[in-house]
Amino acid sequence: MVRYTAFHDRTKALNTTELWSHWAGYLAADRYQLSEKFEYFAIRNSAGMFDTSPLYKYRIQGSDAETFLAGLLTRNIRKCRPGNAQYTIWCDDNGFIIEDGVIIRLSETEFLLSTAEPNLAYFEDRIGRLQVIIEDISDDVAALAVQGPRSKTILTELIPDVAGLGYFQSTEAKIGDAPVVISRTGFTGDLGYEIWVKNDHGLAVWDAVAQAGERYGMLPFGTTALLMARIEAGLALIDVDFSSSRYAWTDADRTTPLELGLEWMVRDIGDDDRPFVGRRALLREMVAGSRWKLTGLLIDWRNWFEVYDRNGLVPPKDHLPNGSESILYDATDQPVGYATSLMYSPMVQRHIAIARVQPELVAPGNQLNMEVTINHTWQQVKAQTTRMPFYNPPHKTA
Amino acid sequence: MATDRTYDAIIVGGGHNGLVNGAYLAKTGLKTLIIERRHLVGGAAITEELHPGFLFTTFSYALSLLRPDIIQELELVKHGFKPLLMESTFAPMHDGNYLLLGQDHQANIAEIRRHSKHDADAYAQYSHDVNRVCRAIKPLLDNIPPDITSRDPEELIRMATLAQHMRDLEPAVLHNAVRLLTGSAADFLDDYFDSEILKATLASSGIIGTKVGPMSQGSGLVLLYHKMGEHDGDQSSWAFHKGGNGGFTQVLARAFESYGGEISLESPVATVITSNGRARGVALEDGTEFKADIVVSALDPRRTFLELVDPGELPSDLVENISRFRFQGTSAKVNFALDGLPKYPALGNRGDQFRGFTNIGPTMDYLERAFDDAKYGWYSKQPYIDACFQSTIDPDMAPPGKHVMSGFIQYAPYDLKGSDWDTERETFGDTVQAVLESHFPGFGDLVLHREVVTPLDIERVVGLSEGNIFGGEFLAPQMFFFRPAPGWNQYRTPIEGYYQCGSGTHPGGCVMGAPGKLAAAQILKDQQHS
Repeated sequence: MVRYTAFHDRTKALNTTELWSHWAGYLAADRYQLSEKFEYFAIRNSAGMFDTSPLYKYRIQGSDAETFLAGLLTRNIRKCRPGNAQYTIWCDDNGFIIEDGVIIRLSETEFLLSTAEPNLAYFEDRIGRLQVIIEDISDDVAALAVQGPRSKTILTELIPDVAGLGYFQSTEAKIGDAPVVISRTGFTGDLGYEIWVKNDHGLAVWDAVAQAGERYGMLPFGTTALLMARIEAGLALIDVDFSSSRYAWTDADRTTPLELGLEWMVRDIGDDDRPFVGRRALLREMVAGSRWKLTGLLIDWRNWFEVYDRNGLVPPKDHLPNGSESILYDATDQPVGYATSLMYSPMVQRHIAIARVQPELVAPGNQLNMEVTINHTWQQVKAQTTRMPFYNPPHKTA
Repeated sequence: MATDRTYDAIIVGGGHNGLVNGAYLAKTGLKTLIIERRHLVGGAAITEELHPGFLFTTFSYALSLLRPDIIQELELVKHGFKPLLMESTFAPMHDGNYLLLGQDHQANIAEIRRHSKHDADAYAQYSHDVNRVCRAIKPLLDNIPPDITSRDPEELIRMATLAQHMRDLEPAVLHNAVRLLTGSAADFLDDYFDSEILKATLASSGIIGTKVGPMSQGSGLVLLYHKMGEHDGDQSSWAFHKGGNGGFTQVLARAFESYGGEISLESPVATVITSNGRARGVALEDGTEFKADIVVSALDPRRTFLELVDPGELPSDLVENISRFRFQGTSAKVNFALDGLPKYPALGNRGDQFRGFTNIGPTMDYLERAFDDAKYGWYSKQPYIDACFQSTIDPDMAPPGKHVMSGFIQYAPYDLKGSDWDTERETFGDTVQAVLESHFPGFGDLVLHREVVTPLDIERVVGLSEGNIFGGEFLAPQMFFFRPAPGWNQYRTPIEGYYQCGSGTHPGGCVMGAPGKLAAAQILKDQQHS
């Protein structure tokens, strides 16, 4: 049975389109109004609020919580001090990614981890003798993302401490009578925050935030606008850009952090003696090399126009993410990679895609050809490798 | 007093076409100077704080027909180019009903069916037909037009290429193009639609900036021209630049300067210096001289040919053609600073209908009668209003909770019979405000500040002759082969090294940039040959 988040009384009233998706068993608005692009521009130009409650949320606490997470997570959790947060992943023994998530360290012994898929059994199986309790609080805690250049101004009106909150920092605070955890995190690549609140205070928090944002042009936004923003931010998405190794049939369907552009997470592996899951496999891969490397792809605007024009068509510039794969070829027509998450980016004013290429082709500026289907035929358009994020405003981290 | 300041190219006028032209020239390495009379560049595409905290797009108010290749070739994204979606078109009606069209095709069909079930698929057909004509015509906007007076082999090839292009069009597309280019907007729309509000809303594109009514032959051309825009690939859709059109022209200025271009502000040009039939530089009103072998006028044809140079140096047929080139500006702006968004009774407390264009001109008769007043030398008693509440799209345009409204008004003829605009300015503003009040009761109570911009003000402040926003009327005898005059439609002038790149050249007005770009292409081509 489909469930409703703690904000549903408000989101239902606001969703004039009645378009909803099912996300982790909850109703999630695709868009609230007739134009998802207008919602997207709210994120990029003013502010938007997004019900991100369907995420799975785990409270991990106990005297051994740090030790437990240090052995589980690929990124070194010991470097995450209380009041900070990390984007992190966890791998299997072969160094393939199981999933990613954001973990907030509330205190020396208490963490809050949010994930897209359920993970409780996997986590609990690895506790062993450690003093750790993992609590699935997914159904008890609502999450509200407030994203966009004006989010700081809006939230500072409710929580003055927000003004001093750095990128990936968090704090406990109150909005009205409601105790909340607020973290400067998000999935849009913009300045933004996520507010974690118990369900029974959910509506009060939604109302307070909505009221504070009204004068600043803030809008609620749905999953479509979020998924546009995340591609521009260069953030890989599970089941689109990669799959969980737990449920993959073959290694072709699996991805390592070194293949997914997450080398930076293990850059300090040499002076970090943690025996975390996947460590040895990653060390081997660092020596032997990876199958793929992640890169951004900028589609050649002129060639895109020419190819479609030659076919008698108006070149499409669709801002809706295309999640299907397109094969990449080199100049000799050899397949050398694949693109996922193609879209026309309003901020970049180009078609962009997240892609995997053979390691020797990952340097920015390499010329490739991307397969497109036009008039029921396979054709190619020129594309160039580039660094991500595609859109990276200074206010994101400032 | 002469200076030793020498450039490869000097552009007179820092409007958007001057900036585009300068950027293309500077990008190739030419030492380029843009000379602007005012304290800021942008020409008619500027943003000003006319009331504390409220930013106004004083004159032009949307990113309309900007050619997408210019965005890429001048690397405008790097310099802050940020076009924002204008979500909808909202057309209130006399009886309290309305038409609200937006981004959702299915919702648009449902909305149109409220007015006419017949028009639901007719609208899809109309859009498709017009888009196909646009696709056929757009190559003409992106290329230097042929010189119809020339027997040069290169020009004959251009003519042949054009003929080939037309011949390759499907007959239905060609015929629709001719219907639009020669006919009236009203006739064209009547062939598709029953609904008066739908027809009138679409017909407004056929009158903007031009002294024609929707029933006049020639309004079809104006309609088609306005459909040539796109926003992020969405055909005939317009955008609003972050920070207004002034935000856009500042982006252009940064691009220009990044290529090494220089801008000289508050430098009114008195004359283009010539000797032996070729351009040598410009002289400012204060006597300062700048030297360059390439001088480009980004001003309108009257100023380019009759004011910046001595018409005695020009062939008399050109002088005659320019003398009768029609400007006859008929558009005005009334801009408001508002304490909040107005309310439309039928929509209760909703405000989302204002996130685009608000179109007041509910029937074809309303528009045509508004034109009738102008024909006889007066402004419309019931004017057509194209309003935009830009602060709903870019909240930085107004203080939190407050709004700006840009009102484009027609008709307001430059020449008023028996009076003048300095006398009529505020009465005209009252007329416009009364129309707004009648649609949005309580509108007047929201007004914190009002700025009336008449055609005379456009001429005085921006420099566009007779306040014509397109640098010259969009009439068939003044387009393509003939813009601004037969034989001089390729950005050159009879004075060697002296060029033109303003909206009075092909393709024409709107925030498009094509004249500036094509003129640069012509200049650079001539450079290679010289």
